[in-house]
Amino acid sequence: MNKWENNKAWFMVIPVFLVVAVSAIIPLMTVVNYSLQDIFGPGQRVFVGLEWYQDALTDPRLHAALNRQLLFSTLVLLIEIPLGILIALMMPKKGWGASLSLVLVALPLLIPWNVIGTIWIIFMRPDIGLLGAAVNGMGIPFDHTASPFAAWVTVMLMEVWHWTPLVVLLAYAGLQAIPDAYFQAARIDGASAWGIFRYIQLPKLRGVLTIAVLLRFMDSFLIYAEPFVLTGGGPGNSTTFLSIYLVKLAVGQFDLGPAAAFSIIYFLIVLLFSWLFYQALLKVGTGDKS
Amino acid sequence: MSMVIENVTKVVANECHLDNISLQLEQGTFNILLGRTLSGKTTLMRLMAGLDRPTRGRILVNGQDVTGVSVRKRDVAMVYQQFINYPSMTIYKNIASPLRLAKVAEKEIDRRVREVAEMLHIEALLDRLPVELSGGQQQRTAIARALVKDAGLLLLDEPLVNLDYKLREELRSEMREIFKRRESIVVYATTEPQEALALGGNTAVLHQGRLEQFGPTIDVYQHPQSTRIAQAFSDPAMNFVSGRIDSGCLQLSDTSQVPLLSHFKHLKPGDYQFGMRANHLHLTRQTETDIQLDAQIDLAEISGSETFLHVVHKQHHWTVQQQGIHKYPMNEQIKIYANQTQLYAFDLEGHLLAAPVEDSPKN
Repeated sequence: MNKWENNKAWFMVIPVFLVVAVSAIIPLMTVVNYSLQDIFGPGQRVFVGLEWYQDALTDPRLHAALNRQLLFSTLVLLIEIPLGILIALMMPKKGWGASLSLVLVALPLLIPWNVIGTIWIIFMRPDIGLLGAAVNGMGIPFDHTASPFAAWVTVMLMEVWHWTPLVVLLAYAGLQAIPDAYFQAARIDGASAWGIFRYIQLPKLRGVLTIAVLLRFMDSFLIYAEPFVLTGGGPGNSTTFLSIYLVKLAVGQFDLGPAAAFSIIYFLIVLLFSWLFYQALLKVGTGDKS
Repeated sequence: MSMVIENVTKVVANECHLDNISLQLEQGTFNILLGRTLSGKTTLMRLMAGLDRPTRGRILVNGQDVTGVSVRKRDVAMVYQQFINYPSMTIYKNIASPLRLAKVAEKEIDRRVREVAEMLHIEALLDRLPVELSGGQQQRTAIARALVKDAGLLLLDEPLVNLDYKLREELRSEMREIFKRRESIVVYATTEPQEALALGGNTAVLHQGRLEQFGPTIDVYQHPQSTRIAQAFSDPAMNFVSGRIDSGCLQLSDTSQVPLLSHFKHLKPGDYQFGMRANHLHLTRQTETDIQLDAQIDLAEISGSETFLHVVHKQHHWTVQQQGIHKYPMNEQIKIYANQTQLYAFDLEGHLLAAPVEDSPKN
């Protein structure tokens, strides 16, 4: 075999390399480039070093958005993971009921994200919305365009409605994969329903739940379209999450330098938290050795 | 504990899984359920355990009807084909779990767990998790979990089938020792005749949901009541040849007549089926009285240190078991030798009429 034949392997790798370069590496490097400069217009730019990073890290509005984001993602995980497992446990295991419930559960996942925002705007309207009017009709003032609390409740409801199905599907698939003999063995041992859940189902779901937690964390941390359509970040700044603030900065004010520095920081935060979650989840269930 | 199964039938979705089975199991006995896949072994075990209810019939434990009693209230332990352990618990906690659920004192738990672990040679692994063990060790843990309960009824559903050959042999011989000392009823399901013979005890042969024969394992092997049982309880399956008995002489297929021997003396003249075990057929003449049969080689199959030679005689397909590894040319005409002393006689419906005086499983 001569050297030329060996080099042929490059032709196999190059297409993928180009795709990754154009779609990820080059844009990312451009952002890094922007984040180090002050841009006034085409050809007019000044190198400013880490100034934008300093600004971003000391920006109180960014801190507020980050706190909101952390609260949001925490609530998402605390609600969606247990709720998803619970629904998966209650779904029929076989027969037509299983297929039907799978389709019904998966419906929200099939709807485009901006449409979801629009659906919930209408659903929650205090005058004509099915839920909004009903709640207001009971004498409870509820308007997501006026009250920050109502805005949060609405965004949370929408998020839970939209994404819990993903957790349900993952958990359901994990539950179906547990051999029946485990449940028989537990019944013979005399284990309770809670015992079966705690010592068989939950440990067996560890793998899929790790994926579910990571996906839901990253997705909720990057959420943009639905709250943007629903509240536009308001009222005030009450639902301005990181990505909404970032877009305001970059597109609204055209501050490309600060926005780029912000993007890099944002990216590093997501990376850091995902890594922490992953490490923590790897250890869960293996520490039970005491 | 004694267990009586009375006319038990199990029908699932119009399909009969068990057909009118009656069986009596005594305390301290080792009982094997032998049958192919789908013969009803697992279904019967699930009924014994109380995981399912029979469609018809009763199950009595110590004379009391327990047919509808839930599995949680029964005195049962079970080991499965898959290695079933609690994934997040250490081996120690796994073995202790049935005792914890039964609210046994912690000191007593510790003593019993260590005793059983030692018996199964996993005492050094007590702090590990099941995923950190090999398949054999995981199954040892599952067996330990079943043994520690000291249940009156211990069910083992093909526990060795997922282990490799060496481990299977090893664990099988250990199990024979462990179960010898038990007070409980042990029921062991297997598809392999060799395993049943190695384990001893009693054997119940199941075929398509029916109980064909029940008795001491060696008796069932030496006196299979029908051709079906003889085939099930013989690996490779027993070979059959049609033959005639006439005026004190035996004629197999188209061979020449030979004088009848003592164990066939009581048979009336007429047509019969004769059964020959694969290990009783030879390619060379062993004694003067051997009967010679013509056959054509179909296939030679090597299994471990033995060769199974598949041959065709007229429309009969036979297997000849040979020690050692041999090669044979296909389609060659050969001579096969069988001895009358080792023949089984069945009538044309397949009922056993005469068995050899002695047929030891060890060739």
